[in-house]
Amino acid sequence: MDIKLQEIGYSYAKDTPFEKRALYEVNIDIENGKYHAIIGHTGSGKSTVLQHLNALLKPTEGQIQIGEKVIVAGKKEKDLREVRQKVGIVFQFPEHQLFEETVLKDICFGPMNFGVSEEDAQKRAKHFIQMVGLDEAILEKSPFDLSGGQMRRVAIAGVLAMEPEVVVLDEPTAGLDPRGRQEIMELFYSLHKERNLTMILVTHSMEDAARYADEMTIMHEGRSVMQGEPRKLFSDAQKLAEYRLEVPHIIQFQKSLEAQIGHNLGKLCLTEEELAEEVGKVVRRERDQA
Amino acid sequence: MMEKMIFGRFIPGSSFIHKMDPRAKLIFVFAFILLVFVANNIPTYVALIVFTVAVVFVSRIRLYFLINGLKPVMILMIFTFLLHIFFTKGGDVIVHLGFIKIYEEGLKQGIFISTRFLVLVFMTSILTLTTSPISITDGLETLLNPLKKIKVPVHELALMMSIALRFIPTLMDETDKIMKAQMARGSDVTSGPIKERIKAVVPLLIPLFVSAFKRAEDLATAMEVRGYRGGEGRTRYRQLKWGIRDTIALLVLVLLGVALVYLRMNF
Repeated sequence: MDIKLQEIGYSYAKDTPFEKRALYEVNIDIENGKYHAIIGHTGSGKSTVLQHLNALLKPTEGQIQIGEKVIVAGKKEKDLREVRQKVGIVFQFPEHQLFEETVLKDICFGPMNFGVSEEDAQKRAKHFIQMVGLDEAILEKSPFDLSGGQMRRVAIAGVLAMEPEVVVLDEPTAGLDPRGRQEIMELFYSLHKERNLTMILVTHSMEDAARYADEMTIMHEGRSVMQGEPRKLFSDAQKLAEYRLEVPHIIQFQKSLEAQIGHNLGKLCLTEEELAEEVGKVVRRERDQA
Repeated sequence: MMEKMIFGRFIPGSSFIHKMDPRAKLIFVFAFILLVFVANNIPTYVALIVFTVAVVFVSRIRLYFLINGLKPVMILMIFTFLLHIFFTKGGDVIVHLGFIKIYEEGLKQGIFISTRFLVLVFMTSILTLTTSPISITDGLETLLNPLKKIKVPVHELALMMSIALRFIPTLMDETDKIMKAQMARGSDVTSGPIKERIKAVVPLLIPLFVSAFKRAEDLATAMEVRGYRGGEGRTRYRQLKWGIRDTIALLVLVLLGVALVYLRMNF
């Protein structure tokens, strides 16, 4: 499912004295099946954009195309159910949305709202609870008896169980320990690879964007200022600094390494693994020549 | 939706009324509420309206905010108005429709009572719009201080009030967030048939309660570790200062009172 934002503008509390402009002429193209990162400094409008992706907010200017559905500014939309089913959002601190007596019921809540039968919903719950790395036994527990990390996973399972075509992630690893962080990010990445899910990651972690994204949009002061492949966008550190962003640590490391050994690797490495491989190549070449 | 709420909102400014001591403002509003009940005929109500308009003018608050503050009590106002129109008897019959008779007295009472509501809401809105919640609490605490002698926990009450006020915006934000999260999971309180909407309240309230209790516990712990032990021997950062303008304001109110009593007795 493609999502296209065209010249989106949004103001909070429109037509009141508290009106606050959040977005100006935002253009983002999200292609089906891609892993798309939206990055930007705090207050750049990322979260506002995110809420447009399944019509929780409707633009005050411009239009959004979500699959077949077109949402135009100023027009009333009645049936947004289908859009909301197809685009699942994992909000920041999703554990705050848990409310049912048992984990099972909570995971079934989303799917059942979209008309899935109880039986099927429970099947899905069993499937997704394992997928997020928890034991099936946890399904009978109260979500409020779990640890923070477990609650996060349950909440994520609850969104995945809706079987959306597009999954939107808003800082999904905020407040997790490094290990949990990596596990959750890898989980989403494998979902993306295996099921060809479109992923939209809203983050200010340049490392995550560099490692996972196929495509990247940079937001700055309510505008979408750049879109392109991470390798391309991260090659211009100066431009990024203008938007108060830094290149990922690994790129900074590569730059200082290149400066020290006086040799250009010729390729911008986005992950540690990539860099290790490139360095390995150079070392082998040097050895062969010697 | 939440962002349109006007109730309890403070709008900073530098008008005469903004600069008044919160104690004076509280006394002023409280006395005004009592004075409103002195009014019972056309001249007294006109006097009240003129006075209120003057206060609105002096406060330099945009009318928009006051009209907005009126919205929650609108239903009550219309209801009492209709009640008087249809059920108060006396004077001439002015409208006669089948079994419905509207009396002159009914219309008059209806208008009077609605006016009463109107001036009361305007006055109290001006109080909250021109005074920060913190100053209101400070003022209230100082005014109620004498009650300490009869063992009323004044400081604790004031603290409770300021904490409650402080957390209104936080809870609103939280409600908004949880509402959106549940909407994304297909349950929507803002649209759809009534039955569905009522069902959608539970997924909203439970997380809200859970987080409110957590927050309260955290706050209590944070206060305790910083050695909080009530108002005993506590000094204040914000000192209240009674100025000449406060005395003037109260004198003006006394004048209004005298005028109302005079108008009531002589017309």
